[in-house]
Amino acid sequence: MATVDFAVGIGGENGQGIASTGDLLARIFARRGLNLNAYNAYQSIIRGGHTFLTVRASDGPVRSMGDKVDVLIPLNQDSMDRHLRLMKAGSCVLYDGDMLKPGTPAAGVQLCPMPMKVLTKGNKLAANTAALGATLQMLGIESEPLETVIARQFKKKGDEVVAENVGVARAGYEYAAQNFKAFPFKAPKLPKPQAIVTGNQATAMGGVAAGVKFYAAYPMSPSTGVLMWMASHARDLGIMVRQVEDEIGVMNMVIGAGHSGCRAMCATSGGGFALMAEAIGMAAMIETPLVCVDVQRAGPATGVPTKTEQGDLWQVLGAGQGDYPRIIVAPSSQLDLFRTIPELFNLCDKYQCPGIVLADLLISEGTASVDPAELKFDGKIDRGELILPNGKSETQNPFGGYNDNAYLRYKNTASGISPRAVPGVPGHIFTAASDEHDEDGTLISDEFTNSSKRRMMVEKRARKMQGAAADIAPPKIVGPENAQATLVGWGSTEGVIREAAEKLAGDEGIVVNQLPIKWIVPFHAEEVMRILSRSNKVIIVENNYSGQFARYLRAETGFTAHGHIRKYDGEPFMPHHIIESVKEQLAGKQAISVPSHEVSV
Amino acid sequence: MSIPVETAPASATPPVQASQVTKDTYKGKIHPDWCPGCGDFSVLAALQTALFELGLKPHQVLVVSGIGCSSNLPGYINSYGMHTLHGRSLPVATGAKLGNHELKVICVGGDGDGYGIGANHFVHTMRRNLDLTYIVMDNQIYGLTTGQVSPTSVKGMKTKSSPYGSVENPINPIPMAIVGGATYVARAFSGKQKHMVEILKGAIQHNGFSLVDVFSPCVTYNKDNTYKWFNPRIKILEEQGHDPTDFNKAIERGYQWGEEIPVGLFWRRTNLPTLEELEPVLHDGQGPLAWRKLGLSDEQAHALIKELL
Repeated sequence: MATVDFAVGIGGENGQGIASTGDLLARIFARRGLNLNAYNAYQSIIRGGHTFLTVRASDGPVRSMGDKVDVLIPLNQDSMDRHLRLMKAGSCVLYDGDMLKPGTPAAGVQLCPMPMKVLTKGNKLAANTAALGATLQMLGIESEPLETVIARQFKKKGDEVVAENVGVARAGYEYAAQNFKAFPFKAPKLPKPQAIVTGNQATAMGGVAAGVKFYAAYPMSPSTGVLMWMASHARDLGIMVRQVEDEIGVMNMVIGAGHSGCRAMCATSGGGFALMAEAIGMAAMIETPLVCVDVQRAGPATGVPTKTEQGDLWQVLGAGQGDYPRIIVAPSSQLDLFRTIPELFNLCDKYQCPGIVLADLLISEGTASVDPAELKFDGKIDRGELILPNGKSETQNPFGGYNDNAYLRYKNTASGISPRAVPGVPGHIFTAASDEHDEDGTLISDEFTNSSKRRMMVEKRARKMQGAAADIAPPKIVGPENAQATLVGWGSTEGVIREAAEKLAGDEGIVVNQLPIKWIVPFHAEEVMRILSRSNKVIIVENNYSGQFARYLRAETGFTAHGHIRKYDGEPFMPHHIIESVKEQLAGKQAISVPSHEVSV
Repeated sequence: MSIPVETAPASATPPVQASQVTKDTYKGKIHPDWCPGCGDFSVLAALQTALFELGLKPHQVLVVSGIGCSSNLPGYINSYGMHTLHGRSLPVATGAKLGNHELKVICVGGDGDGYGIGANHFVHTMRRNLDLTYIVMDNQIYGLTTGQVSPTSVKGMKTKSSPYGSVENPINPIPMAIVGGATYVARAFSGKQKHMVEILKGAIQHNGFSLVDVFSPCVTYNKDNTYKWFNPRIKILEEQGHDPTDFNKAIERGYQWGEEIPVGLFWRRTNLPTLEELEPVLHDGQGPLAWRKLGLSDEQAHALIKELL
């Protein structure tokens, strides 16, 4: 049970060091053992604009950015003007008293003007550090942890910079002690420190845990974090990392590496994924395993590059021409991304098909705390029916395979899985073709098309997905069996829906349960139907305009949901958006609720 | 190779074949479906001869193609093959080569595949200087789609998609490759197969990115650039004392077109390291990436977690 649950919001323009300030705070909270969630609302601009970073921490579970800010740190007037009006009684606002005008806050909001020029000795960029010092003091945290993380952050810039920033942090801390009223609670210190991880880091580390040896990408927000992590760790971990000329090249390179026997991976966003589509079909056709992560952002076209959306479901479902087997999964959190990537690699190796991960800006760029013990790098690795060189084959018909048909790369088996040799293995020569082909790889597309063989090969590939469905955990209901409504979500909304459901039960006495969907393809239609047909009211919550999942659910099951909660303004759901919409729908006021975001960031 | 098998082959033990490479070793089991007289037959034969003469073993060779008439070649040669998407042979080959840098990787395709839809990859693969050989069967026409204008069709050429004559300037792949960073740039002609064998052997042995643009006449759709048209014009650089290390001369000869069209090795440089040589990941004594053990040491895992604390 949570005893404290607070959030710090830092607002300013890009270039004011907001992300690094947030990182300092997150690290301090995590080292105290607190759970946290950090979300940075920012814009596609290198300098200027408006950025607002929320770091929420608690000694209970933190499943979303939450609904409130307890400490507001506006670094410019714009942030003050946008956010002050949302501050509620009991909260405080820390700001440069010489530069910013607060306006009139709600009753009970503590205004905390700080003489920043004096505290920072004129270093404008250090105002956030002074405010951090004050924040910690008011949360009952000693100043020493801030000094430690400052030393860590500025180590590369030299002792002088560290000393200067530590001095500013102390000055802010002392000033708050003398002038401001601390919070009635103290941020507790728990015995077990937490780690902090962004979804992009978790994705990259999941790849490493899976044994990825080849990673390629073209930079594209919000997926670029995976590339940067991979590039900076490549040489230590023995990974070939390439930045490629475009996403068409990325996917084709990943296919080449995957075909050679590497575990190969890439990440992109919707626009890059669109360019990859044809090649993903080839991976399915030549039966090459690979993992591709689509970190969704608001589309279409360039869309809103720094804003979140769950708008690529149908793109991913429909990517590439023709029918082909592939696995599509939408992890729910940073930790789930880390765990899902190795699991997906095992499935893709086993079923020799592409795997697609639907992440989004919210979880991929967002930061969460994780218990370090949960970051397991020694999970099971199952490469399926892979044939690598064994050193003895030199004497056993090394040039055979293709000419003697002793080895059939695309052998028609009961499971649809054919033993997969990689180039370089003696005795297993074959050609992998994106054209339709026979069991031995010979084309049946041009000179001698053959309808019965074509049918056989289509069915062989498709059969693999029957096995895959049995390997994947079906979705389960979360919460009480008997509920007024069932909230269905997919991927990243799991946390915020859970929090909303808990609050509905606690604050409003409304009992709802939750059905989080993670595996999109193969889809457990029967299990989902069994659950939903027992529900009193099914409400689908998703971060897009047209109800992409609602339509998919109907396509796969024939089930039409009773209500919908949708958001497509670029910002993620906050718990109260869902709570208010559920109440609205239970009262029969709406079938589709579109909660609005209260602040423009 | 001392790497253990991860999964035993499911196939029955094939009949034992001598591991000596013979003239027929590279012969495929499928007869090419090219039109009788197509220049690509000559390229296939030259490539098979070159591989045989170099003593390469078929399972150590990967031939990667795109889409088009000439891209059907991997199906006609007894080596590992990949018949990929239109224009994508180079990135697929790059991935395969980096995944297993011990393979000999040879890309093949046509002018539309390489210089048209695949031009972006062509430019970037050259500047990376991977150890790849790229053979472009250049017939200056789209054959498989039944005769449309191509990036190397000469200005004024009438095709089904340029019935009034092409008004676009063609790409000249030779100077383009020389300035693009290819480190072995040559041209061959299907009518001079013996010469082509030597050019291909040089390209395959060259450590770096090699381009061999081959005039490979399309006897069905290109009625302008025929064997008859080429024969009197083709001049062999090696017989003219061309110095392939002379950059300016290489460019100058590369632009030559008309009464005299040179074939042979235009440009070669050996002082530029390959991408593989510049990537330490490939030089830690563990062999190809594809065959390495997966997973991290406890120390590595611990270090990664420590970064997050």
